Amino acid sequence: MLKRVHFPTSPLPYFLVAPQVIITLIFFIWPATQAVYQSFLIEDAFGMSTEFVWFENFVYLATDEIYLDSFGRTIFFSICVAFLSMSLALILAGFADRVIKGTTTYRTLLIWPYAVAPVLAGALWVFMFNPTLGIFPYILEFLGVDWNHYLNGSQAMSLVIIAAAWKQIAYNFLFYLAAMQSIPRSLIDAAAIDGAGPIRRFFDHIFPMISPTTFFLLVINAVYAFFDTFGIIHAITQGGPANATSILVYKVYNDGFVGLDLGGSAAQSVILMFLVVAMTIVQFRYIERRVEY
Amino acid sequence: MATIKLENLIKTYGDVEVLHNLNGNIKDGEIVVVVGPSGCGKSTLLRMIAGLEKITSGEISIGAKIVNDLEPADRDIAMVFQNYALYPHMSVRQNMGYGLKIRKIRKQEIERRVQEAAEILGISEYLDRKPRQLSGGQRQRVAMGRAIVRDPQVFLFDEPLSNLDAKLRVQMRLEIRKLQKRLNVTSIYVTHDQVEAMTLGDRLMVLNDGVVEQFGTPIELYDNPETIFVAGFIGSPSMNFIPAEVTTKGISLCNGKKLKKNIKYKGKISIGIRPEHLEEDKNGNINIVTQMVEQLGSNSLLHGTLQDTDIEIVASMPGHITAEAGSMVSFSAKETNIHVFNPITGKRLG
Repeated sequence: MLKRVHFPTSPLPYFLVAPQVIITLIFFIWPATQAVYQSFLIEDAFGMSTEFVWFENFVYLATDEIYLDSFGRTIFFSICVAFLSMSLALILAGFADRVIKGTTTYRTLLIWPYAVAPVLAGALWVFMFNPTLGIFPYILEFLGVDWNHYLNGSQAMSLVIIAAAWKQIAYNFLFYLAAMQSIPRSLIDAAAIDGAGPIRRFFDHIFPMISPTTFFLLVINAVYAFFDTFGIIHAITQGGPANATSILVYKVYNDGFVGLDLGGSAAQSVILMFLVVAMTIVQFRYIERRVEY
Repeated sequence: MATIKLENLIKTYGDVEVLHNLNGNIKDGEIVVVVGPSGCGKSTLLRMIAGLEKITSGEISIGAKIVNDLEPADRDIAMVFQNYALYPHMSVRQNMGYGLKIRKIRKQEIERRVQEAAEILGISEYLDRKPRQLSGGQRQRVAMGRAIVRDPQVFLFDEPLSNLDAKLRVQMRLEIRKLQKRLNVTSIYVTHDQVEAMTLGDRLMVLNDGVVEQFGTPIELYDNPETIFVAGFIGSPSMNFIPAEVTTKGISLCNGKKLKKNIKYKGKISIGIRPEHLEEDKNGNINIVTQMVEQLGSNSLLHGTLQDTDIEIVASMPGHITAEAGSMVSFSAKETNIHVFNPITGKRLG
């Protein structure tokens, strides 16, 4: 006979989790359901009437060239941001791991950018790259580059990529450094005795051993580039010129709050929602199951 | 094959000197065990020989070459670490062949040498496994395999057995010894375990606080310890020490009893007698008040205090003995088995 232990039920645990549950319901679940509902509606330009149209908004998006362009642009943007910020963070962490004197100073300085608000980060880069006032266009002029991201789409794209990557370097750096420091010292010693120089050691041992961190950061950076770069883009280019930097999350805002196409905007945000869900599943499935040695 | 020469080695970390003017010659094909308590500088010494720590001053030569400024890779050494330091993302085969691969040796040659080493160590069937799929003893073997495939001039062992269980440790100890004799490679082995040191080493270097206390064969160290530290460190259970004084009338122990031993020194001394050298003798002058008896089967350890003092004494007696707590047992010791030390400098007097 199985003996089951019954604990007396008390309402206390429910009270304790209630605030979190209520916040989630009000600020996440309810808006999300509203977005799903809204995405089935078409509203006239003056807000006088709405019509329930099932999946018409989605069908329209699937054939809308501007939207599909934006999708491609977002993927390009994400890959560039993730690659740039992760590789720079990796190099910095590799050096910081070897530094013996002044470790704390280096680390503190390298972590600072993460504390800067996205809009402020954007503003910094706007000033530095302002075609008439900025220091960088002035320097670039000597190299024969005519910088004007207000007119040149690819220059605008490069600028938002650099700004977004710069802000994420600190975060990646932190994780990479922690991963590198968890590698046993004797392993690196063993490799040195086996004859591997610092660069060889990095590629043969350190990089493979921190691969779980790399994978984790890849997902985090993709999510960041997809969703958290709104502030930077809004501050630097407002999606322009000619939609050159209008990534999905910016387009949601632009179509909904500027273009007032609420249904279409809601449909786009529902698609983004599914993307987040998919990425989260990937992260949980593959990262929680740590690569074990 | 090489000799190793350590000359006036000094190592400092900031203002702290951890090795003080260390000297020693290690002969070709010899296995020298560096032994001492934790923090005595033995691992630092090994890492300096390996090239993993900078030498503050002094010289290390391997063969005829001074290696002070050579990278670890260029010193032609192999090292076995305490935690094995196997590359976790590589198979056993890759782990063992890694050093050869870096030295750009041909693939077939690497394969042949890995196979050969694996056979010697009995790990041929695990070559395709990852280190995490191996037991502690197997990992230890792989770590040794990685050292021997390189066919280096010198093996360095940094407490390689301390992560193994007691039974495996004894077994691996013998294997290392056999392997070292078979390959005849000059080896330095660091441990804090004096039993391991005694059984493994051709010679022992006893290190204490960054100073070599004594450098000699295990038997020399056991029979003629040059300092109190060596006397207390080598041998198990460790040596008994009794304060005493030499007067014109001979040696008198701190409880007033006389002891016979020829000695020129006059003044306060410290007498050292190993537990196994205390012989039960009704007329003996070393009287011990029993506290308890440990039965080990083949012999028994009698723990007690020297009569009229609280100096603890251990005597090892053959067979099974019975002694009531509080009862007195008398012992004597042969003159050759009585060690005399200067209690202040710790040096041997006779």
